[in-house]
Amino acid sequence: MPTEVPEHCPGVESENAGKASACAGCPNQTVCSSGEANQPDPGIQLVKDRLSQVENKILILSGKGGVGKSTVTALLSRSIANVDSEKNVAVLDIDICGPSQPRVLGVQDEQVHQSGSGWSPVFVEDNLSVMSIGFLLGSPDDAVIWRGPKKNGMIRQFLSEVDWGNLDYLLIDTPPGTSDEHLSAVTYLSQANLTGAIVVTTPQEVALLDVRKEIDFCFKVKIKVLGVVENMSTFVCPTCQKSSEIFPASTGGAQKMCEELGVPYLGSLPLDPRIARCCDEGKDFLTVLADSKALKASKDIVAKLLQACKDVAN
Amino acid sequence: MLDNVKHIILILSGKGGVGKSTVSTQLSLALREKGYKVGLLDVDLCGPSVPYLLQLEGKDVHQAEEGWIPVYTDEEQNLAVMSIGFLLNNRNSAVVWRGPKKTSMVKQFLTDVCWGSLDYLIIDTPPGTSDEHITVMENLKNVKCDGAIIVTTPQQVSIEDVRKEITFCKKTGIPIIGIIENMSGFVCPHCSDCTNIFSKGGGESLAEMTNIPLLGTLPIDPKVGQLLGKSCVREFPDSPLSKEFNNIVNKIVST
Repeated sequence: MPTEVPEHCPGVESENAGKASACAGCPNQTVCSSGEANQPDPGIQLVKDRLSQVENKILILSGKGGVGKSTVTALLSRSIANVDSEKNVAVLDIDICGPSQPRVLGVQDEQVHQSGSGWSPVFVEDNLSVMSIGFLLGSPDDAVIWRGPKKNGMIRQFLSEVDWGNLDYLLIDTPPGTSDEHLSAVTYLSQANLTGAIVVTTPQEVALLDVRKEIDFCFKVKIKVLGVVENMSTFVCPTCQKSSEIFPASTGGAQKMCEELGVPYLGSLPLDPRIARCCDEGKDFLTVLADSKALKASKDIVAKLLQACKDVAN
Repeated sequence: MLDNVKHIILILSGKGGVGKSTVSTQLSLALREKGYKVGLLDVDLCGPSVPYLLQLEGKDVHQAEEGWIPVYTDEEQNLAVMSIGFLLNNRNSAVVWRGPKKTSMVKQFLTDVCWGSLDYLIIDTPPGTSDEHITVMENLKNVKCDGAIIVTTPQQVSIEDVRKEITFCKKTGIPIIGIIENMSGFVCPHCSDCTNIFSKGGGESLAEMTNIPLLGTLPIDPKVGQLLGKSCVREFPDSPLSKEFNNIVNKIVST
Protein backbone atom coordinates (compact mmCIF):
# COMPACT_ATOMS: atom_id res chain seq x y z
CA MET A 1 0.00 0.00 0.00
CA PRO A 2 1.65 3.25 -1.08
CA THR A 3 1.63 5.94 1.56
CA GLU A 4 2.27 8.77 -0.87
CA VAL A 5 -0.21 8.74 -3.72
CA PRO A 6 -0.57 11.39 -6.45
CA GLU A 7 -3.30 13.89 -5.69
CA HIS A 8 -5.64 12.70 -8.46
CA CYS A 9 -4.79 8.99 -8.21
CA PRO A 10 -7.65 7.14 -9.95
CA GLY A 11 -7.29 4.27 -7.45
CA VAL A 12 -5.87 0.81 -8.14
CA GLU A 13 -9.32 -0.68 -8.80
CA SER A 14 -10.05 1.85 -11.54
CA GLU A 15 -9.95 1.06 -15.26
CA ASN A 16 -7.67 4.05 -15.65
CA ALA A 17 -5.19 2.77 -13.10
CA GLY A 18 -1.71 3.54 -14.37
CA LYS A 19 -3.14 5.29 -17.44
CA ALA A 20 -4.48 8.59 -16.09
CA SER A 21 -2.47 11.78 -16.43
CA ALA A 22 -1.95 11.83 -12.66
CA CYS A 23 -0.14 8.49 -12.91
CA ALA A 24 2.77 9.97 -14.83
CA GLY A 25 5.80 9.79 -12.60
CA CYS A 26 4.15 7.64 -9.93
CA PRO A 27 6.50 4.82 -8.90
CA ASN A 28 3.58 2.35 -9.08
CA GLN A 29 2.54 3.27 -12.61
CA THR A 30 3.83 0.07 -14.23
CA VAL A 31 2.23 -2.18 -11.64
CA CYS A 32 -1.09 -0.38 -11.99
CA SER A 33 -1.20 -0.28 -15.79
CA SER A 34 -0.34 -4.00 -16.00
CA GLY A 35 -3.55 -4.78 -14.10
CA GLU A 36 -1.64 -6.65 -11.43
CA ALA A 37 -2.76 -4.29 -8.70
CA ASN A 38 -6.38 -4.90 -9.56
CA GLN A 39 -6.25 -8.56 -8.55
CA PRO A 40 -8.34 -9.53 -5.53
CA ASP A 41 -6.39 -9.23 -2.29
CA PRO A 42 -4.68 -12.59 -1.65
CA GLY A 43 -5.58 -12.06 2.02
CA ILE A 44 -9.21 -12.90 1.25
CA GLN A 45 -8.29 -16.46 0.28
CA LEU A 46 -5.94 -16.81 3.27
CA VAL A 47 -8.70 -15.72 5.64
CA LYS A 48 -11.15 -18.10 4.01
CA ASP A 49 -8.72 -21.00 4.47
CA ARG A 50 -7.83 -20.09 8.02
CA LEU A 51 -11.43 -19.69 9.16
CA SER A 52 -12.80 -22.73 7.34
CA GLN A 53 -12.95 -24.58 10.65
CA VAL A 54 -14.94 -21.80 12.32
CA GLU A 55 -18.65 -22.49 12.29
CA ASN A 56 -20.11 -19.07 13.14
CA LYS A 57 -18.41 -15.73 12.67
CA ILE A 58 -20.15 -12.80 14.29
CA LEU A 59 -19.20 -9.12 14.19
CA ILE A 60 -20.06 -6.94 17.19
CA LEU A 61 -20.68 -3.45 15.87
CA SER A 62 -21.84 -0.03 17.00
CA GLY A 63 -21.51 3.36 15.39
CA LYS A 64 -21.12 4.83 18.86
CA GLY A 65 -18.23 4.39 21.28
CA GLY A 66 -18.60 3.46 24.93
CA VAL A 67 -21.97 1.75 24.54
CA GLY A 68 -20.60 -1.59 25.71
CA LYS A 69 -19.46 -3.45 22.59
CA SER A 70 -16.57 -5.03 24.47
CA THR A 71 -18.67 -5.77 27.55
CA VAL A 72 -21.42 -7.35 25.47
CA THR A 73 -18.83 -9.31 23.48
CA ALA A 74 -17.31 -10.65 26.70
CA LEU A 75 -20.70 -11.37 28.22
CA LEU A 76 -21.96 -13.25 25.15
CA SER A 77 -18.78 -15.24 24.64
CA ARG A 78 -18.52 -16.21 28.29
CA SER A 79 -22.19 -17.20 28.31
CA ILE A 80 -21.96 -19.30 25.15
CA ALA A 81 -18.82 -21.02 26.43
CA ASN A 82 -20.48 -21.61 29.79
CA VAL A 83 -23.76 -23.04 28.48
CA ASP A 84 -22.04 -25.88 26.65
CA SER A 85 -18.47 -26.87 27.52
CA GLU A 86 -18.27 -28.78 24.24
CA LYS A 87 -18.53 -25.57 22.25
CA ASN A 88 -15.35 -23.68 21.45
CA VAL A 89 -15.62 -19.92 21.52
CA ALA A 90 -13.10 -17.21 20.66
CA VAL A 91 -12.97 -13.44 20.72
CA LEU A 92 -10.99 -11.39 18.22
CA ASP A 93 -10.49 -7.75 19.20
CA ILE A 94 -9.90 -5.59 16.12
CA ASP A 95 -10.05 -2.30 18.00
CA ILE A 96 -6.46 -1.38 17.19
CA CYS A 97 -6.29 2.01 18.92
CA GLY A 98 -8.28 1.10 22.03
CA PRO A 99 -8.18 -2.64 22.73
CA SER A 100 -10.26 -3.55 25.79
CA GLN A 101 -10.66 -7.33 25.61
CA PRO A 102 -7.45 -8.27 27.49
CA ARG A 103 -8.65 -6.33 30.53
CA VAL A 104 -12.33 -7.22 30.30
CA LEU A 105 -11.59 -10.94 30.00
CA GLY A 106 -8.99 -10.76 32.78
CA VAL A 107 -5.94 -11.83 30.77
CA GLN A 108 -4.19 -8.48 30.66
CA ASP A 109 -0.68 -9.64 31.45
CA GLU A 110 -0.65 -12.62 29.13
CA GLN A 111 1.40 -12.83 25.96
CA VAL A 112 0.74 -14.43 22.63
CA HIS A 113 3.20 -16.89 21.19
CA GLN A 114 4.08 -17.53 17.61
CA SER A 115 4.41 -21.08 16.37
CA GLY A 116 4.69 -22.80 13.00
CA SER A 117 0.93 -22.79 12.61
CA GLY A 118 0.49 -19.13 13.48
CA TRP A 119 -0.18 -17.00 16.53
CA SER A 120 -1.55 -18.90 19.50
CA PRO A 121 -4.41 -17.01 21.14
CA VAL A 122 -4.64 -16.51 24.90
CA PHE A 123 -6.98 -18.88 26.73
CA VAL A 124 -9.43 -17.47 29.28
CA GLU A 125 -11.20 -20.79 29.87
CA ASP A 126 -10.65 -24.23 28.38
CA ASN A 127 -13.07 -23.39 25.60
CA LEU A 128 -12.68 -19.61 25.38
CA SER A 129 -9.70 -17.91 23.73
CA VAL A 130 -8.92 -14.33 22.76
CA MET A 131 -6.61 -12.37 20.47
CA SER A 132 -6.01 -8.62 20.70
CA ILE A 133 -3.35 -6.07 19.79
CA GLY A 134 -3.27 -5.37 23.53
CA PHE A 135 -1.12 -8.50 23.95
CA LEU A 136 1.46 -7.13 21.53
CA LEU A 137 2.04 -3.81 23.29
CA GLY A 138 4.91 -3.37 25.71
CA SER A 139 3.11 -1.09 28.14
CA PRO A 140 -0.46 0.11 28.72
CA ASP A 141 0.77 3.59 27.80
CA ASP A 142 1.87 2.52 24.33
CA ALA A 143 -0.26 4.27 21.72
CA VAL A 144 -0.88 2.72 18.34
CA ILE A 145 -0.65 5.79 16.13
CA TRP A 146 -1.44 4.23 12.79
CA ARG A 147 -3.25 5.42 9.72
CA GLY A 148 -5.72 3.16 7.92
CA PRO A 149 -3.47 0.99 5.71
CA LYS A 150 -1.33 -0.13 8.64
CA LYS A 151 -4.42 -1.00 10.69
CA ASN A 152 -5.71 -3.00 7.74
CA GLY A 153 -2.50 -5.02 7.60
CA MET A 154 -2.86 -5.87 11.27
CA ILE A 155 -6.49 -6.96 10.85
CA ARG A 156 -5.52 -9.12 7.91
CA GLN A 157 -2.89 -10.79 10.05
CA PHE A 158 -5.35 -11.31 12.89
CA LEU A 159 -7.86 -12.90 10.55
CA SER A 160 -5.43 -15.04 8.62
CA GLU A 161 -2.64 -15.94 11.04
CA VAL A 162 -4.21 -16.82 14.38
CA ASP A 163 -4.26 -20.53 15.08
CA TRP A 164 -7.78 -20.83 16.53
CA GLY A 165 -8.19 -24.54 15.96
CA ASN A 166 -11.77 -25.75 15.57
CA LEU A 167 -14.24 -23.12 16.69
CA ASP A 168 -17.99 -23.02 16.99
CA TYR A 169 -18.21 -19.28 17.52
CA LEU A 170 -15.82 -16.45 16.71
CA LEU A 171 -16.97 -13.08 18.02
CA ILE A 172 -15.19 -10.11 16.48
CA ASP A 173 -15.19 -6.97 18.63
CA THR A 174 -14.77 -3.75 16.62
CA PRO A 175 -14.00 -0.09 17.29
CA PRO A 176 -16.76 2.51 16.83
CA GLY A 177 -17.38 3.92 13.37
CA THR A 178 -17.77 2.81 9.77
CA SER A 179 -14.26 3.10 8.47
CA ASP A 180 -11.04 1.19 7.85
CA GLU A 181 -11.32 -1.53 10.47
CA HIS A 182 -14.89 -2.32 9.48
CA LEU A 183 -14.31 -2.28 5.75
CA SER A 184 -11.20 -4.43 6.11
CA ALA A 185 -12.93 -6.98 8.29
CA VAL A 186 -15.86 -7.19 5.88
CA THR A 187 -13.59 -7.41 2.82
CA TYR A 188 -11.36 -10.11 4.27
CA LEU A 189 -14.37 -12.08 5.51
CA SER A 190 -16.21 -11.73 2.19
CA GLN A 191 -15.43 -15.31 1.13
CA ALA A 192 -15.35 -16.74 4.63
CA ASN A 193 -19.07 -17.05 5.23
CA LEU A 194 -19.67 -14.32 7.81
CA THR A 195 -22.75 -15.23 9.84
CA GLY A 196 -23.82 -11.68 10.60
CA ALA A 197 -23.53 -8.77 13.00
CA ILE A 198 -24.83 -7.86 16.41
CA VAL A 199 -25.31 -4.13 16.89
CA VAL A 200 -24.96 -2.67 20.38
CA THR A 201 -26.50 0.64 21.40
CA THR A 202 -27.60 2.65 24.44
CA PRO A 203 -31.11 4.13 24.62
CA GLN A 204 -30.50 7.83 24.02
CA GLU A 205 -30.86 9.56 20.65
CA VAL A 206 -27.26 10.72 20.41
CA ALA A 207 -26.19 7.05 20.39
CA LEU A 208 -29.03 5.84 18.16
CA LEU A 209 -28.08 8.49 15.63
CA ASP A 210 -24.69 6.84 15.11
CA VAL A 211 -26.07 3.32 15.41
CA ARG A 212 -28.56 3.92 12.58
CA LYS A 213 -25.53 4.81 10.46
CA GLU A 214 -23.91 1.52 11.43
CA ILE A 215 -27.01 -0.43 10.42
CA ASP A 216 -27.03 1.51 7.14
CA PHE A 217 -23.39 0.36 6.74
CA CYS A 218 -24.52 -3.26 7.24
CA PHE A 219 -27.18 -2.80 4.57
CA LYS A 220 -24.68 -1.21 2.19
CA VAL A 221 -22.05 -3.95 2.52
CA LYS A 222 -24.71 -6.68 2.78
CA ILE A 223 -24.07 -8.01 6.26
CA LYS A 224 -27.01 -9.67 7.95
CA VAL A 225 -28.00 -7.91 11.17
CA LEU A 226 -28.62 -10.76 13.61
CA GLY A 227 -30.06 -8.30 16.09
CA VAL A 228 -29.69 -5.21 18.23
CA VAL A 229 -28.83 -5.25 21.93
CA GLU A 230 -29.74 -2.22 24.02
CA ASN A 231 -27.26 -1.76 26.84
CA MET A 232 -27.44 0.48 29.95
CA SER A 233 -31.19 0.80 29.66
CA THR A 234 -32.38 1.40 33.21
CA PHE A 235 -30.46 1.84 36.42
CA VAL A 236 -31.73 0.35 39.66
CA CYS A 237 -30.44 2.21 42.71
CA PRO A 238 -28.72 -0.32 44.99
CA THR A 239 -29.94 1.62 48.05
CA CYS A 240 -33.64 2.13 47.35
CA GLN A 241 -34.16 -0.35 44.50
CA LYS A 242 -36.02 2.26 42.45
CA SER A 243 -35.11 2.64 38.81
CA SER A 244 -33.96 5.73 36.92
CA GLU A 245 -33.10 6.38 33.32
CA ILE A 246 -29.53 7.58 33.05
CA PHE A 247 -29.57 7.74 29.26
CA PRO A 248 -33.25 8.51 28.61
CA ALA A 249 -34.80 6.98 25.51
CA SER A 250 -36.34 10.23 24.31
CA THR A 251 -36.98 8.81 20.85
CA GLY A 252 -38.27 5.35 21.78
CA GLY A 253 -34.92 3.62 22.30
CA ALA A 254 -33.56 0.61 20.44
CA GLN A 255 -36.88 -1.19 20.13
CA LYS A 256 -38.48 1.61 18.10
CA MET A 257 -35.35 1.97 15.97
CA CYS A 258 -35.46 -1.75 15.18
CA GLU A 259 -39.09 -1.46 14.09
CA GLU A 260 -38.26 1.48 11.85
CA LEU A 261 -35.30 -0.20 10.22
CA GLY A 262 -36.74 -3.71 10.10
CA VAL A 263 -33.99 -5.44 12.09
CA PRO A 264 -34.49 -7.88 15.01
CA TYR A 265 -34.40 -6.52 18.55
CA LEU A 266 -32.69 -9.01 20.86
CA GLY A 267 -33.39 -7.33 24.18
CA SER A 268 -32.05 -4.83 26.67
CA LEU A 269 -29.52 -5.07 29.46
CA PRO A 270 -30.11 -2.97 32.58
CA LEU A 271 -27.25 -0.82 33.85
CA ASP A 272 -25.61 -2.69 36.70
CA PRO A 273 -22.55 -0.88 38.13
CA ARG A 274 -21.14 -4.21 39.25
CA ILE A 275 -20.70 -5.21 35.61
CA ALA A 276 -18.48 -2.18 34.99
CA ARG A 277 -16.45 -3.21 38.03
CA CYS A 278 -16.19 -6.80 36.79
CA CYS A 279 -14.89 -5.52 33.45
CA ASP A 280 -12.28 -3.37 35.17
CA GLU A 281 -11.11 -6.29 37.25
CA GLY A 282 -11.49 -8.91 34.54
CA LYS A 283 -13.69 -11.10 36.70
CA ASP A 284 -16.13 -13.61 35.31
CA PHE A 285 -19.61 -12.03 35.51
CA LEU A 286 -21.26 -15.42 35.44
CA THR A 287 -19.83 -16.49 38.78
CA VAL A 288 -19.53 -13.12 40.52
CA LEU A 289 -22.89 -11.69 39.51
CA ALA A 290 -25.12 -14.73 39.20
CA ASP A 291 -28.02 -12.80 40.78
CA SER A 292 -27.77 -9.74 38.51
CA LYS A 293 -30.82 -8.75 36.47
CA ALA A 294 -28.50 -7.90 33.61
CA LEU A 295 -27.27 -11.49 33.53
CA LYS A 296 -30.81 -12.84 33.55
CA ALA A 297 -31.63 -10.57 30.63
CA SER A 298 -28.51 -11.71 28.82
CA LYS A 299 -29.61 -15.37 28.95
CA ASP A 300 -32.59 -14.52 26.80
CA ILE A 301 -30.38 -12.56 24.39
CA VAL A 302 -27.91 -15.45 24.12
CA ALA A 303 -30.74 -17.89 23.35
CA LYS A 304 -32.06 -15.60 20.60
CA LEU A 305 -28.58 -15.16 19.18
CA LEU A 306 -27.88 -18.89 19.04
CA GLN A 307 -31.22 -19.41 17.31
CA ALA A 308 -30.44 -16.65 14.80
CA CYS A 309 -27.10 -18.35 14.02
CA LYS A 310 -28.88 -21.65 13.46
CA ASP A 311 -31.39 -19.98 11.16
CA VAL A 312 -28.59 -18.52 9.07
CA ALA A 313 -26.83 -21.88 8.86
CA ASN A 314 -29.97 -23.57 7.57
CA MET B 1 -8.06 30.68 7.71
CA LEU B 2 -7.06 30.29 11.34
CA ASP B 3 -5.00 33.49 11.48
CA ASN B 4 -7.63 35.40 13.41
CA VAL B 5 -8.33 32.65 15.92
CA LYS B 6 -6.86 33.50 19.30
CA HIS B 7 -7.13 30.11 21.02
CA ILE B 8 -7.45 26.59 19.66
CA ILE B 9 -8.44 23.77 22.01
CA LEU B 10 -8.73 20.10 21.10
CA ILE B 11 -11.11 17.79 22.93
CA LEU B 12 -9.63 14.28 22.92
CA SER B 13 -10.20 10.87 24.42
CA GLY B 14 -8.95 7.45 23.47
CA LYS B 15 -12.32 6.07 24.50
CA GLY B 16 -15.69 6.55 22.81
CA GLY B 17 -18.90 7.54 24.58
CA VAL B 18 -17.19 9.32 27.47
CA GLY B 19 -18.73 12.72 26.64
CA LYS B 20 -16.30 14.45 24.27
CA SER B 21 -19.11 15.99 22.23
CA THR B 22 -21.12 16.94 25.30
CA VAL B 23 -18.07 18.64 26.81
CA SER B 24 -17.27 20.31 23.46
CA THR B 25 -20.78 21.70 22.98
CA GLN B 26 -21.25 22.76 26.60
CA LEU B 27 -17.80 24.37 26.67
CA SER B 28 -18.60 26.29 23.48
CA LEU B 29 -21.95 27.43 24.86
CA ALA B 30 -20.45 28.45 28.18
CA LEU B 31 -17.71 30.46 26.46
CA ARG B 32 -20.38 32.19 24.38
CA GLU B 33 -22.26 33.00 27.61
CA LYS B 34 -19.11 34.67 28.84
CA GLY B 35 -19.12 36.93 25.80
CA TYR B 36 -16.49 35.24 23.65
CA LYS B 37 -16.76 34.56 19.96
CA VAL B 38 -16.52 30.81 19.54
CA GLY B 39 -16.13 28.28 16.74
CA LEU B 40 -16.81 24.56 17.12
CA LEU B 41 -15.36 22.13 14.60
CA ASP B 42 -16.53 18.51 14.66
CA VAL B 43 -13.98 16.23 12.96
CA ASP B 44 -15.82 13.02 13.87
CA LEU B 45 -16.76 11.96 10.34
CA CYS B 46 -18.38 8.60 11.01
CA GLY B 47 -20.36 9.67 14.06
CA PRO B 48 -20.96 13.43 14.10
CA SER B 49 -22.97 14.32 17.21
CA VAL B 50 -22.57 18.10 17.36
CA PRO B 51 -25.43 19.05 14.98
CA TYR B 52 -27.88 17.01 17.05
CA LEU B 53 -26.57 18.21 20.41
CA LEU B 54 -26.93 21.85 19.29
CA GLN B 55 -30.26 21.29 17.51
CA LEU B 56 -28.79 22.32 14.18
CA GLU B 57 -29.71 19.21 12.18
CA GLY B 58 -30.86 20.04 8.66
CA LYS B 59 -28.96 23.34 8.50
CA ASP B 60 -26.82 23.94 5.44
CA VAL B 61 -23.25 25.06 5.02
CA HIS B 62 -22.81 27.59 2.23
CA GLN B 63 -19.93 27.78 -0.13
CA ALA B 64 -18.65 31.31 -0.65
CA GLU B 65 -15.72 32.52 -2.67
CA GLU B 66 -13.44 32.51 0.34
CA GLY B 67 -14.52 29.07 1.53
CA TRP B 68 -17.22 27.35 3.57
CA ILE B 69 -19.47 29.55 5.71
CA PRO B 70 -20.12 27.70 8.98
CA VAL B 71 -23.56 27.35 10.55
CA TYR B 72 -24.30 29.95 13.24
CA THR B 73 -26.30 29.06 16.32
CA ASP B 74 -27.40 32.62 17.03
CA GLU B 75 -28.24 35.82 15.21
CA GLU B 76 -25.30 37.63 16.77
CA GLN B 77 -23.07 35.01 15.17
CA ASN B 78 -21.18 34.33 18.37
CA LEU B 79 -21.07 30.56 17.97
CA ALA B 80 -20.17 29.08 14.58
CA VAL B 81 -20.28 25.34 13.94
CA MET B 82 -18.88 23.07 11.24
CA SER B 83 -19.56 19.34 11.00
CA ILE B 84 -19.87 16.70 8.30
CA GLY B 85 -23.43 16.32 9.57
CA PHE B 86 -24.33 19.48 7.64
CA LEU B 87 -23.08 17.95 4.40
CA LEU B 88 -25.13 14.74 4.60
CA ASN B 89 -28.54 14.57 2.98
CA ASN B 90 -29.88 11.95 5.33
CA ARG B 91 -29.17 11.78 9.06
CA ASN B 92 -29.22 7.97 8.96
CA SER B 93 -26.81 7.33 6.12
CA ALA B 94 -23.36 6.06 6.95
CA VAL B 95 -20.12 7.72 5.91
CA VAL B 96 -18.16 4.64 4.84
CA TRP B 97 -14.75 6.10 4.14
CA ARG B 98 -11.26 4.79 4.50
CA GLY B 99 -8.42 6.86 5.93
CA PRO B 100 -7.22 8.87 2.91
CA LYS B 101 -10.68 10.23 2.20
CA LYS B 102 -11.19 11.12 5.86
CA THR B 103 -7.82 12.82 5.87
CA SER B 104 -8.69 15.08 2.96
CA MET B 105 -12.04 16.00 4.52
CA VAL B 106 -10.43 16.91 7.85
CA LYS B 107 -7.83 18.94 6.00
CA GLN B 108 -10.56 20.85 4.20
CA PHE B 109 -12.32 21.51 7.50
CA LEU B 110 -9.11 22.97 8.89
CA THR B 111 -8.18 25.06 5.88
CA ASP B 112 -11.39 25.99 4.03
CA VAL B 113 -13.82 27.19 6.68
CA CYS B 114 -14.29 30.97 7.02
CA TRP B 115 -14.38 31.30 10.78
CA GLY B 116 -13.63 35.02 10.72
CA SER B 117 -12.16 36.30 13.95
CA LEU B 118 -12.69 34.00 16.92
CA ASP B 119 -11.65 34.02 20.55
CA TYR B 120 -11.86 30.25 20.79
CA LEU B 121 -11.95 27.38 18.31
CA ILE B 122 -12.96 24.10 19.95
CA ILE B 123 -12.20 20.94 17.96
CA ASP B 124 -14.25 17.84 18.82
CA THR B 125 -12.64 14.56 17.73
CA PRO B 126 -13.63 10.90 17.32
CA PRO B 127 -12.15 8.29 19.69
CA GLY B 128 -8.76 6.79 18.87
CA THR B 129 -5.31 7.79 17.68
CA SER B 130 -5.57 7.39 13.95
CA ASP B 131 -6.19 9.23 10.68
CA GLU B 132 -8.36 12.10 11.93
CA HIS B 133 -6.06 12.80 14.87
CA ILE B 134 -2.81 12.59 12.92
CA THR B 135 -4.24 14.93 10.27
CA VAL B 136 -5.39 17.48 12.84
CA MET B 137 -1.97 17.47 14.49
CA GLU B 138 -0.13 17.82 11.19
CA ASN B 139 -2.27 20.72 10.06
CA LEU B 140 -2.08 22.56 13.36
CA LYS B 141 1.71 22.37 13.43
CA ASN B 142 2.13 25.85 12.05
CA VAL B 143 -0.74 27.37 13.99
CA LYS B 144 -0.64 28.27 17.65
CA CYS B 145 -2.68 25.59 19.40
CA ASP B 146 -3.30 26.00 23.13
CA GLY B 147 -3.51 22.30 23.70
CA ALA B 148 -5.81 19.40 24.37
CA ILE B 149 -8.40 18.66 27.00
CA ILE B 150 -8.67 14.95 27.70
CA VAL B 151 -12.08 13.57 28.64
CA THR B 152 -12.45 10.26 30.46
CA THR B 153 -14.88 8.32 32.61
CA PRO B 154 -13.62 6.90 35.92
CA GLN B 155 -13.40 3.20 35.09
CA GLN B 156 -10.14 1.46 34.18
CA VAL B 157 -11.33 0.29 30.78
CA SER B 158 -11.63 3.94 29.81
CA ILE B 159 -8.47 5.14 31.59
CA GLU B 160 -6.49 2.52 29.72
CA ASP B 161 -7.45 3.96 26.33
CA VAL B 162 -6.96 7.50 27.58
CA ARG B 163 -3.38 6.72 28.62
CA LYS B 164 -2.73 5.87 24.98
CA GLU B 165 -4.19 9.22 23.95
CA ILE B 166 -1.84 10.99 26.37
CA THR B 167 1.11 9.16 24.82
CA PHE B 168 -0.17 10.32 21.43
CA CYS B 169 -0.17 13.95 22.62
CA LYS B 170 3.34 13.63 23.98
CA LYS B 171 4.63 12.03 20.79
CA THR B 172 3.06 14.66 18.56
CA GLY B 173 4.11 17.52 20.83
CA ILE B 174 0.69 18.82 21.73
CA PRO B 175 0.44 20.30 25.24
CA ILE B 176 -2.28 18.91 27.52
CA ILE B 177 -4.36 21.54 29.31
CA GLY B 178 -5.95 19.05 31.66
CA ILE B 179 -8.21 16.08 32.29
CA ILE B 180 -11.98 16.19 32.79
CA GLU B 181 -13.53 13.18 34.50
CA ASN B 182 -17.10 12.77 33.27
CA MET B 183 -19.93 10.54 34.56
CA SER B 184 -18.38 10.42 38.01
CA GLY B 185 -21.31 9.52 40.20
CA PHE B 186 -25.06 9.34 39.94
CA VAL B 187 -27.26 10.80 42.64
CA CYS B 188 -30.47 8.74 42.81
CA PRO B 189 -33.41 11.11 42.34
CA HIS B 190 -35.49 8.96 44.70
CA CYS B 191 -33.24 8.51 47.72
CA SER B 192 -30.38 10.98 46.99
CA ASP B 193 -27.82 8.25 47.51
CA CYS B 194 -24.82 8.54 45.20
CA THR B 195 -23.77 5.48 43.20
CA ASN B 196 -20.49 5.40 41.33
CA ILE B 197 -21.88 3.63 38.28
CA PHE B 198 -18.64 3.70 36.35
CA SER B 199 -16.41 3.38 39.41
CA LYS B 200 -14.69 6.44 40.91
CA GLY B 201 -11.41 8.27 41.27
CA GLY B 202 -10.00 7.18 37.90
CA GLY B 203 -9.49 10.72 36.63
CA GLU B 204 -7.74 11.77 39.81
CA SER B 205 -5.33 8.85 39.85
CA LEU B 206 -4.64 9.32 36.14
CA ALA B 207 -3.87 12.99 36.75
CA GLU B 208 -1.48 12.06 39.55
CA MET B 209 0.21 9.34 37.58
CA THR B 210 0.75 11.49 34.49
CA ASN B 211 1.32 14.83 36.21
CA ILE B 212 -1.47 16.47 34.27
CA PRO B 213 -3.89 18.81 36.05
CA LEU B 214 -7.38 17.48 36.78
CA LEU B 215 -9.73 20.27 35.66
CA GLY B 216 -12.74 18.78 37.42
CA THR B 217 -15.07 15.83 37.87
CA LEU B 218 -18.57 16.01 36.43
CA PRO B 219 -21.37 13.94 37.97
CA ILE B 220 -23.89 12.07 35.81
CA ASP B 221 -26.95 14.21 35.22
CA PRO B 222 -29.47 12.83 32.71
CA LYS B 223 -30.79 16.38 32.15
CA VAL B 224 -27.59 17.36 30.33
CA GLY B 225 -28.21 15.00 27.45
CA GLN B 226 -31.51 16.74 26.82
CA LEU B 227 -30.29 20.33 26.83
CA LEU B 228 -30.01 20.30 23.02
CA GLY B 229 -28.47 23.65 22.26
CA LYS B 230 -28.96 25.20 25.68
CA SER B 231 -26.14 25.84 28.09
CA CYS B 232 -26.15 23.97 31.40
CA VAL B 233 -24.57 26.86 33.28
CA ARG B 234 -27.44 29.06 32.15
CA GLU B 235 -30.38 26.61 32.39
CA PHE B 236 -29.68 25.20 35.83
CA PRO B 237 -26.82 27.23 37.31
CA ASP B 238 -27.28 25.82 40.81
CA SER B 239 -26.94 22.13 40.00
CA PRO B 240 -23.72 20.48 41.20
CA LEU B 241 -22.85 19.67 37.59
CA SER B 242 -23.17 23.26 36.37
CA LYS B 243 -21.16 24.62 39.28
CA GLU B 244 -18.35 22.19 38.57
CA PHE B 245 -18.55 22.87 34.86
CA ASN B 246 -18.36 26.61 35.46
CA ASN B 247 -15.21 26.07 37.53
CA ILE B 248 -13.71 24.08 34.70
CA VAL B 249 -14.51 26.78 32.15
CA ASN B 250 -12.94 29.43 34.39
CA LYS B 251 -9.78 27.35 34.66
CA ILE B 252 -9.62 26.96 30.88
CA VAL B 253 -10.15 30.68 30.27
CA SER B 254 -7.47 31.66 32.77
CA THR B 255 -4.77 29.42 31.30
